[in-house]
Amino acid sequence: MIAFREVFKRFGSKEVLRGFSLEVQDGETMIIIGTSGSGKSVALKHVVGLLAPDQGQVEVDGQIVHMLERDDLMALRSQIGFVFQFAALFDSMSVRDNLTLGLKRQGLDRRTMDERVREALAVVDLEGVEDKFPAELSGGMRKRVGLARAIALRPKYLLYDEPTTGLDPVTSAVINRLMVRTREKFGVTGIVVTHDMTSAYAVGDRIAMLYRGQVRQVGTVEHIQRTHDPIVRQFIEGRPEGAETTDTPSSEVYG
Amino acid sequence: MDRWLRVLGRGAQFLGDVGRGLKEPDTWGSLTAVQMRRIGVQSLPIALFIAVFTGIVLALLSSYSFTGAVPLYFVGTFVGKAMMLELAPVLVGLALAGRVGANIAAELGTMRVTEQVDALETLAFNPIAYLVVPRVIAATLMFPIVVALAMAVGIVAGWFTSINLLDLSTPDFVKGIRLFYQFKDIWFGLLKSMSFGFAIALIGCYRGLGTQGGAEGVGRETTGAVVLSAEMILVLDAFWAVALL
Repeated sequence: MIAFREVFKRFGSKEVLRGFSLEVQDGETMIIIGTSGSGKSVALKHVVGLLAPDQGQVEVDGQIVHMLERDDLMALRSQIGFVFQFAALFDSMSVRDNLTLGLKRQGLDRRTMDERVREALAVVDLEGVEDKFPAELSGGMRKRVGLARAIALRPKYLLYDEPTTGLDPVTSAVINRLMVRTREKFGVTGIVVTHDMTSAYAVGDRIAMLYRGQVRQVGTVEHIQRTHDPIVRQFIEGRPEGAETTDTPSSEVYG
Repeated sequence: MDRWLRVLGRGAQFLGDVGRGLKEPDTWGSLTAVQMRRIGVQSLPIALFIAVFTGIVLALLSSYSFTGAVPLYFVGTFVGKAMMLELAPVLVGLALAGRVGANIAAELGTMRVTEQVDALETLAFNPIAYLVVPRVIAATLMFPIVVALAMAVGIVAGWFTSINLLDLSTPDFVKGIRLFYQFKDIWFGLLKSMSFGFAIALIGCYRGLGTQGGAEGVGRETTGAVVLSAEMILVLDAFWAVALL
């Protein structure tokens, strides 16, 4: 289980997370939605220790991430796959090398690594691109390679940072299908940060809305679709005017 | 004052991180050879280009300055001493502050803003051991080799100029070189260049990994790395002169 407990995080004078609390149960896919700059990616980076909270804690399987010794943190990271917003593939490496880098860290032999690479690329429907370099791939292909790199590690948890941002609707649908397939095939627990509601409804078991540094509402997809919360409604309907422009800060959490 | 203390503190912390990164030879071992080629071998053309023209100018400049009052074979002394003690290490160092320092800062800065450094961390790699240690080791080891070749080529260029453009024979040029030669002339220059390599790579990595703000940030940190490296070369040059001469 992944648990955010009263997490506060500030960058300079900007307080991004203000007591963010959320629990993600094993086997579920949690979607975190929220406006740009609301701190979704910041929250996600706390899970793998890329950021440390100013206050509060993030727990993964009961381990407090920011308190872990370096070796324990590395061990934890080897159980977590992270799919970055722009894939973050290593430019100087081929697709194969991008995928095997993390596998080398796990001490696997050459044959097992090759099998993992083939399998991961098959899951994302990208067989035969092993020797290409990131610059030779389209945006959608890069995202799929980024996903393949994460699932090649056979992680227990998969974290997706804006997986469909910048993609056309068809490619977004492909990515959504791959995320569902990955969960079904490997049974991973997922957290998906997105503001793409089509993706959220297609992939998620539960949805949490991050608003002004806190969870505004969390519930199942159906629950969120039927919500009467004006802030959440405005967001999921994509209306430019509404409660969000007039609402005062609220610490109340629904759902 | 407060700002400078913070900068010094962060620099010391970074140096400590590099020290800890050294304990992971499994990570940096295989990457160091690649960096030695990129930082050392690929820097040879610019280093030798500088050395050739510096050697030519030194020979002509010394001959012009001596104006007949000083025996001409002192041209060899002047060329040898200046190339070994000062000009090869410092001029090559300044050129490589641009070539190597900018390359490292821009590469790591781009990796930082495109989240490749974060990706390395999520793959359970220590970015310091993976990115910084190989570059710092490679620069520290390869700079003296590049500078040693530059010294040799600069002196040969000075000799070639002397026998062709000045009224100086090869035995006289060699006599001039050997006149006040000490082994310290060489190791002093190489020690300096080693410290330059260390500083340039460290500054490039520090500024690169500290990049924020996209392409503009990469440009800012790259420029900053080159300027700071050049300044550090001059400071180290003075330090070694005071400490060892």
